[in-house]
Amino acid sequence: MTPALAAEGLVKAWGGLRAVDGVSFTLAPGEMLALIGPNGAGKSTCFNMLNGQIRPDAGRVRLAGRDVTGLPPRAIWRLGVGRTFQVTATFASMTVLDNVRMALLSHARRLLGLWRPAAREFTAEAEALLTRVGMADQAGRPCGVLAYGDLKRLELAMALANQPHLLLMDEPTAGMAPAERMALMAETAAVARAGGIAVLFTEHDMDVVFTHADRVLVLDGGRLIAGGAPEAVRADPRVRQVYLGGGPA
Amino acid sequence: MEDLAVQALNGLASASSLFLVASGLTVIFGVSRIVNFAHGSLFMLGAYLAWTLTGLGPLAGLGGLWSFWGAILLAALAVGALGALLEVTVLRRIYGAPELFQLLATFALVLIVQDVALFLWGPDDKFGPRAPLLRGAVEILGLRFPRYELFLIAVGPVVLGLLWLLFHRTRFGILLRAATQDREMVAALGVDQRLLFTGVFFLGATLAGLGGALQLPREAVTLHMDMAVIVEAFVVVVVGGLGSLPGAFLAALLIGELHAFGILVFPRITLVLVFLVMAVVLVLRPYGLLGRAPSGAPPASEVAAPLPAAMPPALRRAALAALALLVALPPFLGDYPLILLADFATFVLFAASLHFIMGPGGLASFGHAAYFGAGAYGAALLFRHFAAPMELGLLAAPFAAGLAGLLFGWFCVRLSGVYSAMLTLAFAQIAWSVAFQWIEVTGGDNGILGLWPSEWARGRLAFFYLSLALCGAAVLLLRRAIHAPFGMALRAQRDSGLRAEAIGIDAFRIRWLGFAFAAAMAGLAGALFAYGKGSVFPSVLGISRSVDALLMVLLGGVQTLNGPIVGAIAYAGLQEQLARVTDYWRLLLGLVILALVLFFPRGLAGAIRRGGSP
Amino acid sequence: MDRRLTTPHVRRRDLLAGIAIGTLAAPAVLRAQGGAGAGPIRIGEINSYTAQPAFLGPYRNGWLLAQEQINAAGGINGRPLETVFRDDAGKPEDAVRMASELVSAEKVALLAGGYLSNVGLALGDFAAQNKVLYAASEPLTDALVWSKGNRYTFRLRPSTYMQAAMLVEEAAKLPARRWATVAPNYEYGQSAVKWFRELLKAKRPDAEFVGEQFPALGRIDAGATVQALERMRPEAIFNVTFGTDLLNFVRQGNTRGLFDGRSVASMLSGEPEYLEPLGEECPEGWIVTGYPRDDLENPVHTAFREAYRKRYEAPPRCGSVVGHDIVQAIAATLRKAGGTDTEAMVAAFEGIRFQTAYGTGEVEFRAADHQSTLGAFVGRTRLEGRTGKMVDWRYADGANYLPSDAQVREWRPQG
Repeated sequence: MTPALAAEGLVKAWGGLRAVDGVSFTLAPGEMLALIGPNGAGKSTCFNMLNGQIRPDAGRVRLAGRDVTGLPPRAIWRLGVGRTFQVTATFASMTVLDNVRMALLSHARRLLGLWRPAAREFTAEAEALLTRVGMADQAGRPCGVLAYGDLKRLELAMALANQPHLLLMDEPTAGMAPAERMALMAETAAVARAGGIAVLFTEHDMDVVFTHADRVLVLDGGRLIAGGAPEAVRADPRVRQVYLGGGPA
Repeated sequence: MEDLAVQALNGLASASSLFLVASGLTVIFGVSRIVNFAHGSLFMLGAYLAWTLTGLGPLAGLGGLWSFWGAILLAALAVGALGALLEVTVLRRIYGAPELFQLLATFALVLIVQDVALFLWGPDDKFGPRAPLLRGAVEILGLRFPRYELFLIAVGPVVLGLLWLLFHRTRFGILLRAATQDREMVAALGVDQRLLFTGVFFLGATLAGLGGALQLPREAVTLHMDMAVIVEAFVVVVVGGLGSLPGAFLAALLIGELHAFGILVFPRITLVLVFLVMAVVLVLRPYGLLGRAPSGAPPASEVAAPLPAAMPPALRRAALAALALLVALPPFLGDYPLILLADFATFVLFAASLHFIMGPGGLASFGHAAYFGAGAYGAALLFRHFAAPMELGLLAAPFAAGLAGLLFGWFCVRLSGVYSAMLTLAFAQIAWSVAFQWIEVTGGDNGILGLWPSEWARGRLAFFYLSLALCGAAVLLLRRAIHAPFGMALRAQRDSGLRAEAIGIDAFRIRWLGFAFAAAMAGLAGALFAYGKGSVFPSVLGISRSVDALLMVLLGGVQTLNGPIVGAIAYAGLQEQLARVTDYWRLLLGLVILALVLFFPRGLAGAIRRGGSP
Repeated sequence: MDRRLTTPHVRRRDLLAGIAIGTLAAPAVLRAQGGAGAGPIRIGEINSYTAQPAFLGPYRNGWLLAQEQINAAGGINGRPLETVFRDDAGKPEDAVRMASELVSAEKVALLAGGYLSNVGLALGDFAAQNKVLYAASEPLTDALVWSKGNRYTFRLRPSTYMQAAMLVEEAAKLPARRWATVAPNYEYGQSAVKWFRELLKAKRPDAEFVGEQFPALGRIDAGATVQALERMRPEAIFNVTFGTDLLNFVRQGNTRGLFDGRSVASMLSGEPEYLEPLGEECPEGWIVTGYPRDDLENPVHTAFREAYRKRYEAPPRCGSVVGHDIVQAIAATLRKAGGTDTEAMVAAFEGIRFQTAYGTGEVEFRAADHQSTLGAFVGRTRLEGRTGKMVDWRYADGANYLPSDAQVREWRPQG
């Protein structure tokens, strides 16, 4: 079976420093894969190469077998990849509902309408998506006033709007209280399973990672140093070394 | 060969003068983020004050040397003090206001200073004395070169050096540099920001005053100096990179030499040349030669302004009533009110089209008149060269302007903030220069005459209804578009480009199309305006018309739907009324604008709206 | 009143807000319905007062002086003249709007004014379109009476062509053959250069034009321009720059010795408007057109100069004469027409003769092209004391510097 996502030898250097140095992995459809590693390990750079934000110096990115290396983010989105950001990015001057509606309008390629109010488009679909992430009761609020956790949920709803096969979530629970983290990831996992969506996420909170990930990849110094089932990774001495400090392995 | 060397020296002398003004502008912008339109006025005041002080001031008795150089320094310091005073009394109150609102305030100052200078110094050009010790010329390579120009050539690098010392060797300077990079951090350090800002205005204004005063032995002092120098200074600052002193110096050299050699090679297009170079630099280096991409949040301080909701019912009724009056009343009006109302209709559409890209789009344009003019000239050229009737002209105008918008917009919308705005200005100036100087095709300054409406629309009443119908329809379309998917997409890319791209919105394409759409609407307004006047002149795409549009939108309020409508009528009406009452209408207009800026920071429509809700 | 505005639910503030928008246009409405009485004859005058204050202040003074004199002498058949002044701020499109206002709301009998050529052309076109008489006082462009001439437009001041022709007459006598030109880059500058070249070539086939400079109007880079001219090594220079450009050009030229050993022919530079700001910088021996105010002694001019000085505590300028003369021409026309019917005024204006304040005799508005035969003085500049003046001058009667009627008919749209 073709993997939902395949990274093949990704390399990115900033100046002389190789932030990502030959990373390869695959992600099966419906799988939840966590990418972990200490600060500066290259997680965000790696992530941004996958979603089109950064062009890799070498290596390829394949989506369901198709080479998407170097495509801009919007093209990658069109291929069925939803994204959430480490620092949330939403349309602050719009309501929650309108935010989701924008994603739906974009998915339907109906962005150039000049006359019919946008408010008449995709309202039911947007509400359904909000319901899926538990935000239905906040649909009418301006998203500038939302709590941080709710913004993350909103992002998830927007990410789901194009019926993605793959979700890329960069630190989906950063800045949230522990209880909220678990809740959000539980919802994400439920949504992903229900839709057969593959999820790649980075995460600092090890409890979240070991509770929800099917598989874990560990990045350090731009290289993958371990990967496998959560229990195996947790037991891996190299991982312990990286996380618990000490000299170089 | 000798000629060319001396010509290069000419370029250096102009470059020094330019640098003095531009350095003040860039220092002020760097710290306060204020685009100080009044900087040229400070320059002009420096020149006038120096003229007065050398001639009849208390220094005149001190004898040649002191009376001259003392006067230059005193004039510069006096202008510096005035700059500080303006900061304390006016600008300090509006730091929190949207970026462009500050532009409005400084523009009001320009108007005020123009009339105050006229009142104090009279209309005649003034010739200052030559500088003691630096009269006459020296022989350089067999050609006579003025001593004073040699002195000026030295002034530029000296001032740059002094500023460098100030910024690197004094506490005040180091704080200023820190504030340029991160305002919040300086505040966190417990530094009195107010003092810092007043200080930077004093410094910037002193540099402007010095620049003006030093022109005294070189150029006549005139009431037109302010606008002439501010445009050039903007070009220098933007080409160099906003906030960068070495950049400003480099750009001043570039522009100065370009002038000097440009007239040898292309004696007829010197005006365009400068703007062409600015356009090229900005296309290749979007943040100027030595500028850096702004870090942190974009400067558009209104990012989170919510989408305007439907009007409160009472206001809606009032608006409908006004519209009904506009339809019912005209048959009972005289010719002039009809002409005025037709004019207002075109201004409303012009302002609404600019508002479309400024409000939802988040793109400020300093050159929107280019598209107003493209529509007007589109119709006029069709008439002149193909005898096209009005109907065809009105149909073609939005396409002509839209095409111009597509062409220029492709460059402009790649940038953001002030850079993008300056690029729009550059293209507008290029368009203006073409209309002004390409006499064979456009008729040049003398314009294209005889562009009257078709027979059926020639009556004032018919033409008013035509204007009302077309402008009304176009404004309605613009308003619908704001709430339609396209307007929402425009707003989406303004709010968060990152997110827009992440949900498949091509932000560049949306901005580009939005720009062209607004241009097309402005073009329709321009063509109607031209048919109303019966003629087209380069002034329809001049800077002052662009500024008019900007003022209308800002006065009305950027983030309201009715802003452009209220703003256009208020501004055009005010101007019409004031010009009738007094020759000092600019002073009054400036004061009114200033009052509005200070008391209605959300614009007129915003104020009305708030007044209207419980 | 629309019913919806008076419903009781409307709060006062909403009402005020709504009305505030409406009232801006209201004064115009009231004025429009006011109408004019039978009393004074009203003239609408439009000029770029705030854009060109240095030239138009003295012009308006000359205008008002003439109007006062005419009214003191009993007006036009007992009706006094009254002028409504408007400032177009240098924008032709505003001038057109104001023309409509003056005609329809202020009920003026005719329009006058214009300093900038494009304002003049816009008003001329308006006049033709609306069948209103327009007496153009200052605009210089040839198009106003020739290629864009029309039945309703008349122009007083000697045009670009005429001024160039006057200078050519003197320039042709010079030994110089190699000429360079410098002119502001817009229609006036370009046509002045065109006529000068054409007319000089006709008189001096050996004349050669070795180069041209076209600085942007009001934005001359004087040092570089002077250097560029120097580089062409001309024997003589034809200058069209004026105002601030002229001042800066002359100062740089003096310092750099551009004018040493070279002849210069210069448009308009002998007018006090330009000589006075030049002060000590006034160059020596330029051939100029202008107005030798202080040395022009004849009964008519001396009386005008003294009356003006008494009234305004300043000497008149060239613009003052233009302002004065256009009122005289209008007054003569009104007397002859016997009323303010436009067609009658047009008929009367064609061929009308009046006394110019120069005191050089009668001036006529030619029926063929509606151009007046007002001339200018041609002479040389000289620095005396701290200001320049014109010397060796003579009056060049405009009638002698106009093309033939046949030529004019060819240029001017007929019918």
